[in-house]
Amino acid sequence: MSTTAQPGPVSIPAPRSSQRAGQRSNFELYSWLFMRISGVVLVFLVLGHLLIMNVLDGGVQRINFAFVAGRWSSPFWQVWDLMMLWLAMLHGTNGMRTIINDYAERDQTRFWLKMLLYVAAGFTILLGTLVIFTFDPNIG
Amino acid sequence: MSVGTLYRGGEGMWTWVLHRITGVSVFFFLLVHVLDTALVRVSPEAYDLVIASYKTPIVNLLEVGLVGAVLYHALNGLRVILVDFWSKGPRLQRQMTWAIGAVWVVLMLPGTFFMLKHTVENLFGSAA
Repeated sequence: MSTTAQPGPVSIPAPRSSQRAGQRSNFELYSWLFMRISGVVLVFLVLGHLLIMNVLDGGVQRINFAFVAGRWSSPFWQVWDLMMLWLAMLHGTNGMRTIINDYAERDQTRFWLKMLLYVAAGFTILLGTLVIFTFDPNIG
Repeated sequence: MSVGTLYRGGEGMWTWVLHRITGVSVFFFLLVHVLDTALVRVSPEAYDLVIASYKTPIVNLLEVGLVGAVLYHALNGLRVILVDFWSKGPRLQRQMTWAIGAVWVVLMLPGTFFMLKHTVENLFGSAA
């Protein structure tokens, strides 16, 4: 167990996490790939959404309940918004998971922060999905 | 300049830092945004009341910040993908950094104009 620093301009310290050797899975590889695939799809979905909602034709000033009702009368925008919701939430949650893993040093802290993240993400995805599928233009 | 393989203040580090900051900011907005949109299941009045706050000058300005953050995150994400998958990506990563900066400015100029048009006209009374 030598602790002498390696020669050279910069040395990288040993990783803090004590991942046991032998228990390997490809989860992080798929997570890495998912970020890139969902990212490309989200570029179109989210920038299109922002362009329509915030920039074109008066932007946010023209948005109200009737505007939403008009859009969700079309299955095209329902599918658009549903895909955007799921991909953005999974992409964002996975990014937050990476950040928690990077900065939360105590195992307990890391565990509970991730539990909070997953509960919030699950709730938000479920709520958003329900809203899209059960939207009623004649409510109230 | 940076020495070795660690990030030490070069463009690579700052694009990465900004990618994290914009990503976290957009994620928290997304949670709020799903909640405010869910008000369409409560009543048209409840939804319109909350959406009215999106039309106020200060929140309108925050929306420009949101769009700027999303646009940066999208452009830098595409750059990261090109660095990862394009054979020339790693060699051209610095040029691509300046390229996404230029694209960001070119898109944000007209974008900001149209996003703030109504608010500025209302505040300074230039609306005919």
